[in-house]
Amino acid sequence: MPALDHVTDSVSPALATTGAVTEIPASASCFEIEGLSLAYGDTPALSNLTLRIPRQRVTAFIGPSGCGKTTLLRALNRLHDLNEEVRRGGHIHLEGQEIHAPEVEVAELRRRVGMVFQTPNPFPMSIYENVAFGLRLQMSLKKRQRDEVIEWALRSAALWDEVKDRLHDSAWSLSGGQQQRLVIARTLAVQPEVLLLDEPASALDPISTLKIEELIRSLKSRLTLILVTHNMQQAARVSDYTAFLNGGELVEYAATDALFTNPRLAQTENYITGRMG
Amino acid sequence: MDITSETHSQHISKQFNHELEELKTHLMAMGGLVERQIQEAVSALLDGDSRLAEHVRDNDKAVNDLQIKIDDECTRVLARRQPAASDLRLVLAVIRATSDLERIGDEASKIARNALALTEGGNGSKGFVEVRHISEHVRKMLRDALTAFARFDIDLALAVVHEDDAVDSEYTSAMRSLMTFMMEDPRSITSVLSVMWILRALERIGDHANNLAEYVIYLVKGLDIRHIDPDELDEDALKR
Repeated sequence: MPALDHVTDSVSPALATTGAVTEIPASASCFEIEGLSLAYGDTPALSNLTLRIPRQRVTAFIGPSGCGKTTLLRALNRLHDLNEEVRRGGHIHLEGQEIHAPEVEVAELRRRVGMVFQTPNPFPMSIYENVAFGLRLQMSLKKRQRDEVIEWALRSAALWDEVKDRLHDSAWSLSGGQQQRLVIARTLAVQPEVLLLDEPASALDPISTLKIEELIRSLKSRLTLILVTHNMQQAARVSDYTAFLNGGELVEYAATDALFTNPRLAQTENYITGRMG
Repeated sequence: MDITSETHSQHISKQFNHELEELKTHLMAMGGLVERQIQEAVSALLDGDSRLAEHVRDNDKAVNDLQIKIDDECTRVLARRQPAASDLRLVLAVIRATSDLERIGDEASKIARNALALTEGGNGSKGFVEVRHISEHVRKMLRDALTAFARFDIDLALAVVHEDDAVDSEYTSAMRSLMTFMMEDPRSITSVLSVMWILRALERIGDHANNLAEYVIYLVKGLDIRHIDPDELDEDALKR
């Protein structure tokens, strides 16, 4: 559906996919994170992170449990806002704008920065209504237009062929992998610029996992994807850049090719090769 | 980051440690075998020992079998462990090294076959001094390359890389003097040609030892120096 495909217009300048990530210029970045610190009450979760997330690329956050990768991901669309315990310092810029600025509306931010969670969470309604849900909230469209967007979103999520004859069946009738792609379609329907994926395949079987990974690759031509995963092979397979976090700090951030063949730091080497006790 | 020979035995999975350790052990065994093949092939020539030459020729199968066995082990590790970083580099370096060691084995049996021809022909010993000299030189290169592999020793690997030039010039000058000899005494052509083939085989062994040393640098540093002139290597950067 080309008319709605506005994000494809902003093509990133060519980025090297080898070598250190300090080379990502501001002009090619989607997110610029500066000195970000975050604590849950007195427990620090992130300390002084500075990194740029390149536009229209897949960036993976890896690290042991509790390293802060999910906290960082959730910070990118202000999912911590409702948690009164959370204290934050530093800045997050999305396309040059501070996301915590008073004029930024959280609902609009979350439209631009969609999120997909570990467990598929379709709403208890039909497949069609699931995808239409966000659309209805965000914009009023004629039924025909809405149908087009829904088909486009389901096609983009590589689900259309499997559900086109049963759009009004309950979303719960889908398999886990299909539900996850439905959730991605629901997020895509409102045309986000960024898709945050928190362990999107960890509850899925290997074939469904490969479909999600294939989907991630196909989506990067039009949006920026950020993936949190425990599965290092998955990060190696799908991402262009990988950030290794440990203890709330950014240890090493590099092109995925470089990080998985010749990491610069011993800590990274130990983690990705299974030497961390 | 720099890795050491201990790096591969620190995984959470002890089985994985064991598998990588086995790869190294088997590679060293294969290296020891081909080194002996060279030594025996050259002795067979110098001592006119045709039984030893036949033994070397027949033993080449053992070298080939080891290559297949080690490559199989590497394939298994790749398929089951999906190694990354230095583990991945170790497996790749071992696969490449077995291929060079197998080629060295072929060169050793080539030497043995030519030694047999020379022994049976009963001709003079023109060029034997050069064979002895160059064979000692390349055997030392091979030994050092294997030691560098076992110890992850960058300095020793670099020394081997530099040694290859010396072997090449010794080879060139030996060939030149044998060429002159053939022109002066055409009856010697058949036997001198055999010696030349042997020298050629030894020179190739030097090249393979050089390759092994380059794999050590890849393994330890993650740098591929295969097509860089040794004189243009930034050694300070490598040793950092």
